[in-house]
Amino acid sequence: MKSDIILRVVAKILIPFALMFALYVQFHGDYGPGGGFQAGVVIAAAVVFYAVIFGLAAARRAVPEPVVESMVALGVLVYAGVGIAGLLLGGNFLDYFVLDPDPVHGQHRGIFWVEAGVGITVSGVMLKIFYIFAGRGRDFEEDS
Amino acid sequence: MPAEHFPVLLAVVPLVAAPLIVVARSGFLGWAIAFAVAAATAAMSASLLARVTVEGTISYAIGSWPPPWGIEYRVDAANALVALLVSAMALVAMPYARRSVTAEIGQERQYLFYALLMLCLSGLLGIALTGDAFNLFVFLEISSLATYVLIALGRDRRALTAAYQYLILGTTGATLYIIGVGMLYLATGTLNFADMAARLDGVADTRPLVVGLAFITAGIGLKLALFPLHAWLPNAYTYAPSVVSAFLAATATKVSLYVLMRVYFSVFGADAVFRDLPIGPVLAVLSVAALFVASAAAIVQKDLKRLLAFSSVGQIGYITLGISLGSATGLAAAMAHVVNHGITKGALFLLAGAMALRLGGTGFDRLAGLGRTMPVAAFAFVLGGLSLIGVPGTAGFASKWALVAAAMGAGQWWIVAAVLLSSLLAVAYVWRFVECAYFREPPAGAPSPGEAPWEMTAPALAMTAAVVALGLHATPVLDAATRAAAALMGAGR
Amino acid sequence: MSFLGHFSYWATVFVMMTGLYIVISRGNLVKKLVGLGIFQTSVYLLYVAPGKLIGGTAAIVTPGITLYSNPLPHVLILTAIVVGVATLALGLALVVRIREAYGTVDEDELLAADAKDD
Repeated sequence: MKSDIILRVVAKILIPFALMFALYVQFHGDYGPGGGFQAGVVIAAAVVFYAVIFGLAAARRAVPEPVVESMVALGVLVYAGVGIAGLLLGGNFLDYFVLDPDPVHGQHRGIFWVEAGVGITVSGVMLKIFYIFAGRGRDFEEDS
Repeated sequence: MPAEHFPVLLAVVPLVAAPLIVVARSGFLGWAIAFAVAAATAAMSASLLARVTVEGTISYAIGSWPPPWGIEYRVDAANALVALLVSAMALVAMPYARRSVTAEIGQERQYLFYALLMLCLSGLLGIALTGDAFNLFVFLEISSLATYVLIALGRDRRALTAAYQYLILGTTGATLYIIGVGMLYLATGTLNFADMAARLDGVADTRPLVVGLAFITAGIGLKLALFPLHAWLPNAYTYAPSVVSAFLAATATKVSLYVLMRVYFSVFGADAVFRDLPIGPVLAVLSVAALFVASAAAIVQKDLKRLLAFSSVGQIGYITLGISLGSATGLAAAMAHVVNHGITKGALFLLAGAMALRLGGTGFDRLAGLGRTMPVAAFAFVLGGLSLIGVPGTAGFASKWALVAAAMGAGQWWIVAAVLLSSLLAVAYVWRFVECAYFREPPAGAPSPGEAPWEMTAPALAMTAAVVALGLHATPVLDAATRAAAALMGAGR
Repeated sequence: MSFLGHFSYWATVFVMMTGLYIVISRGNLVKKLVGLGIFQTSVYLLYVAPGKLIGGTAAIVTPGITLYSNPLPHVLILTAIVVGVATLALGLALVVRIREAYGTVDEDELLAADAKDD
């Protein structure tokens, strides 16, 4: 589909906005509807969109597979890291109150990092699933 | 600092280990991390069991949100025992895993195997320790999803269909469970087991709650392979990699059995379940059917691992039979059989895996003459088999005797008869192995295999030794099971 | 209460049975997964519908508002949806592998192929 100029131009215009919107959903999750799950899916959708227009190989160059796989792991580690930080600061597991001298601020800080971890993992998992299914059985054809 | 956090660390440490292994991207590092984690979880659950024996129930509030608002981890004599069984089995399986996994799984996938094993361990421990109905569902799915993949890693292509079948039935089971929990939540407004128990006191026989109980029974029944919901189990255990078969056979169904006990005895209470509702007779009939049908099916199998899988369905029947009595002694017998059968089946599957490594499979045609070619493994297998039958001096006898005594105490003589008669069927299927290993010539022209490497034989023998030791000196397990039963029946009411 | 008063439960039961029927009756492995997805969807409905109060608002304390919907079912179901997605992805991945190994995704043909292997 990359020969179609309209698709190419529209994609190039839309993808940055999609990613920007994902960041909005991610960071506005504290105050309104949103959060890591939704943002992660939007980020993944933007990359999937790119892959649909420009081909799987181009998407793999932009977001390489090892990066995706480590994102899956990294997000979980960030999440668990928040929990363990709570432990180390003298609270229980996933205790946000102790993350900051002001407990309310601590709650904000905790949920911020937890949601960041969720966002990273969800976008990683979504992309990994997409790459695996899309790439299955045709690694050799496509994109020359 | 750390000791008070053991309840949550048991589930979190393996959960953190899994992504670390994925980042490490190395089979050896993955194995080393998994080994260390298994050792750590075993040590932590042993210390927890020791602590709850002295101090009673430990409550741990996740995120310092007090229960019932936050998620509570609640450790008592029952789930500490289950956690110890799970983590000890993981620890025994780890030295064994290195050689076995190298032989059965491609180099580039090994690190993923260990990551999945850690996720499975985390899920099972989480199920055991959490005091929250929905958190339990999440851990149930974590362990199940990891299990499906682990089974699909088997060498035979039938592993794929087995994993698919388990995925369909397992997901159906988990969904039924969550429907049941939904009913309870709508009726009580809480997801915390202890809080739920307090609110259900006296009103447990209203219709939404009975329907919820039925859904939970069906859902968990699928996960624990309660006859006739066991269709997924034989294929899954047969075609999974050896380590996975051993680990799952010893732990996965046992954890689900614990969940059933928790819901029956702690949440609803023995009175509501067994006096006001006809669950006892239904469960007893299904269990007795499992004893006979599954054991009879085991006799005619052509593959040793498949025989063991059918035997598992039968042995689960003894455990559910103990639950169906609805009494403290029956529950204690069931809990003791959870532990003893877990250890026995773990040992037997480890030995079967050692045979599969040397012979390329566990079909009975390959096992002929095993008593001469792999004498140690064959002898240990016979010892484990005696425990399946329930011969005095083995672990299986101790818990079966407790079950018979509980049934006699309840005046249920037909259950006593069923237990004794079904043991004869166990004699028949264990004899299949004996006959094949000791009374048949090795296949002509086949190379003499010799014993499996010591890293695999040693853990298997250690488990077999535990089977005999717990048979000769059964009091520790029986005492722990009695305390577990008291904790299950006393918790929250 | 009236039939209409229990409307959301009737819908839940209908969706649940539809999904379960597809899982049981279809031989095609992909269709079975579709049925499983529908079955799980009924649970989402079972949880979320009673959590909503007519006239209730999001559970953020605001002056002048006394009626709030219960936010907990939504949070629980968000988790259940993620679990459902993971299950679906894993199930489809297994179907792809089965198709590669057997050349079919029909249950009867798979059973026949397995019977030949024994």
